[in-house]
Amino acid sequence: MKNSDNYKIKVGLAEMLKGGVIMDVTTPEQAKIAEDSGAVAVMALEKVPADIRKEGGVARMAAIEVIEQIKEVVSIPVMAKVRIGHFAEAQMLEAMEVDFIDESEVLTPADDKYHIDKWDFKVPFVCGCRNLGEALRRISEGAAMIRTKGEAGSGNIVEAVRHMRLVMGHIRKLQNMNPEELKSEAREMGVDVELVKKTAELGKLPVPNFAAGGIATPADASLMMQLGAESVFVGSGIFKSDDPAVRAKAIVQATTHFRDPKVLIEVSRHLGGAMKGLDINKIPEDELLQIR
Amino acid sequence: MVEKKIKLVRTDEKIYEVGILALQGDFELHTQALKRTGHESLLVKTPDELKRVKRLIIPGGESTTVNKLVDIYNLRRPLIEFGRKNPVWGTCAGLIMLARDSNDPRVQPFELIDIDAARNAYGRQVHSFSKKSKISLNGRSEEIELVFIRAPKITRVGDNVQVLAELDGEIVMAREKNILVSAFHPELSESTLIHEYFLTM
Repeated sequence: MKNSDNYKIKVGLAEMLKGGVIMDVTTPEQAKIAEDSGAVAVMALEKVPADIRKEGGVARMAAIEVIEQIKEVVSIPVMAKVRIGHFAEAQMLEAMEVDFIDESEVLTPADDKYHIDKWDFKVPFVCGCRNLGEALRRISEGAAMIRTKGEAGSGNIVEAVRHMRLVMGHIRKLQNMNPEELKSEAREMGVDVELVKKTAELGKLPVPNFAAGGIATPADASLMMQLGAESVFVGSGIFKSDDPAVRAKAIVQATTHFRDPKVLIEVSRHLGGAMKGLDINKIPEDELLQIR
Repeated sequence: MVEKKIKLVRTDEKIYEVGILALQGDFELHTQALKRTGHESLLVKTPDELKRVKRLIIPGGESTTVNKLVDIYNLRRPLIEFGRKNPVWGTCAGLIMLARDSNDPRVQPFELIDIDAARNAYGRQVHSFSKKSKISLNGRSEEIELVFIRAPKITRVGDNVQVLAELDGEIVMAREKNILVSAFHPELSESTLIHEYFLTM
């Protein structure tokens, strides 16, 4: 199969996940709850970001057994995270037939210069971004889906909002630029001008654009969808809350009916407590995950 | 004085030739494909919206999720009743939803077409593929790129089901009366042949 056909199939799976919720899970039991609640996919990992943050140390790809068990119990796509630049972890996940790989800043980066060359893989990749330049560079490397970085494990939506607004606002600016300005813009972002032109033409990223990093309530999901996200990832927000199954279902419904406040009110009743969350300004700068 | 009668049609009452079930999945791609055929479509998320369309596409997505949402939004009964009278086309997950049997307790299909389906029958994402094949419909033939993504297989077809396309020995498109199913994603290819065919059903 040609590389371009392969890419279409990779982006194709991302398209199928639109309008859905992808949930972080650490055990087969959680994966089952996620599937039963209507998740479109699960992200298999060893610890949710809130615990990674709390416990410190090096965070790596999840244990093989955990991923295998999760694959066994659910029929929805299973995703897993690798460290930035760690193509060997990615090769292993591909051989295990994981459906999607998240090259993620939530784990400790393995390479401080290079991201994985994602064109080499048959399995699709999602990567995080804080702005349009970062998003387009990851797409140039072969990412089939982009998500905001937000600030994982914070339970605080402010960073995801910032990143989504930066991406969408920048695209709107591109739409008013002439060819010369687009060229200069492409140089500044370090990406091919054709990719920048295509983005301007489409008025959105050329691959599905999802939200992640700090979503904790149905209203958070709705907010991100209204800002331009096409689906949401919920990490610690579900299994760090008081009643994961109820909250998971509520966030799924909020994502489908993100423009309908009546649905949001209905699903937000009797939710139990949300994860506690952190003030971004109180996180020491060297502990921010998004700068990785 | 002759009174001029102006009939105002509220946009939320307009009737559409075709609607797309938009609970979850690649409904945007169907919207775009229909636009290429010159048709505006309505995204359907509620029973009221279903009343405003003449035919419906159930897009690709996750059938477990769609199955859940259909019940939460009280759409199961209205969808089944709609499909007894009006044209409905299911692609991929949509095919599973229209089948008689999904071979999986997680998905209770609408039983609108006499076929059985097997979910993810080609395997996980690394086994997803695309292949060019000639499709002939309504006397028109086109070579189309058939894109299969974690696709289902049709494991049985009833006597009254018309097979419309096969690929490597598998039935990949079929029709029974007003119900059309395809295991692949025509909305991911350039061709609008199948969308146009559906509009004539």
